Amino acid sequence: MSAHDIHAGHDDHHAHDDLHVSLGDYVKGFILAVILTAIPFALVMGNVIQDRATAVAVLGLFAVVQIIVHMVYFLHMNGKIQGGWTMLSTIFTVVFVAIGIAGTLWVMFHMNTNMMPKHEMPMAPAMSAPAAVTP
Amino acid sequence: MSNTHINAGGAAALAPREYHLAHEPHPENGTSLGFWLYLMSDCLIFAALFATYGVLGRNYAAGPTGKELFDLGLVALNTAFLLMSSITFGFAMLQKQKKNVKGTLLWLAITGLLGAAFLAVELYEFHHLIHEGAGPTRSAFLSSFFTLVSTHGLHVTFGLIWLITLMIQISKHGLIEANVRRINCLSMFWHFLDVVWIGVFTFVYLMGVL
Repeated sequence: MSAHDIHAGHDDHHAHDDLHVSLGDYVKGFILAVILTAIPFALVMGNVIQDRATAVAVLGLFAVVQIIVHMVYFLHMNGKIQGGWTMLSTIFTVVFVAIGIAGTLWVMFHMNTNMMPKHEMPMAPAMSAPAAVTP
Repeated sequence: MSNTHINAGGAAALAPREYHLAHEPHPENGTSLGFWLYLMSDCLIFAALFATYGVLGRNYAAGPTGKELFDLGLVALNTAFLLMSSITFGFAMLQKQKKNVKGTLLWLAITGLLGAAFLAVELYEFHHLIHEGAGPTRSAFLSSFFTLVSTHGLHVTFGLIWLITLMIQISKHGLIEANVRRINCLSMFWHFLDVVWIGVFTFVYLMGVL
């Protein structure tokens, strides 16, 4: 409760008693989401980008932008709701998820590299490595 | 005489003592924030599954690859179903705001049908993959694929159960305060699943066929 009291200055007026939504927000969000979904599908299905790394970067960017669009227009995110606690918990989660996923990939791919002195096929020898250790 | 005097004094002494407050001390919109925190914790489950898929996604064990298995047409259809269900839920929220019970129920029903269509296509895809011998036991890639995608599918299933339950409650009791709170939470849940699906179709399907 003390956390709530500290922020009482921000949300002591009961303006956010009910969630306020508007048709314009949903339509805008939907149109943006359709565009941001259609472009990556068209890029991949039409084989537009040949270089794999570039394609991954472009697709990742589209995904991030679309997630933000959904957050703003469908989940009605902004810095003010719940006195900023929603935003704070979201930022914490995003940081946590980023560290978790990036850290996992970083560690695991370096482990694969370290476990295989000669690795023409990146993954296949890694599968047999534990079997070689067990006896 | 003395007896009544004691009684009156006792009543006066007891009257101001209240062990239960007349109003429960609910913080403003506490349920919404609590439900949001649940969604954030759910996010961590998906993060773990995405990380697992990121690590194992190319371990084909000499089996089929994503490029050979994934039918992007089917995925596009599924994505369309889920996106449309997002805006139809938005229309249900607008009807709720206008206190229109029938309109809310109608748009919730359409949302439910789109969600069911999504699940039907996903189950068809899973059945097709398992039938082709590309089940979750085939390779680490397929194990992590099935775990990630079916966890999302399971969430949609529970969302559907919740949606049907809520429709029954709204048709019985109308848009009372409790039902408004529930539909706000379900709205967050439903849109959250759409956000997770963006990650799935981008990182699993689209990047899988590159």
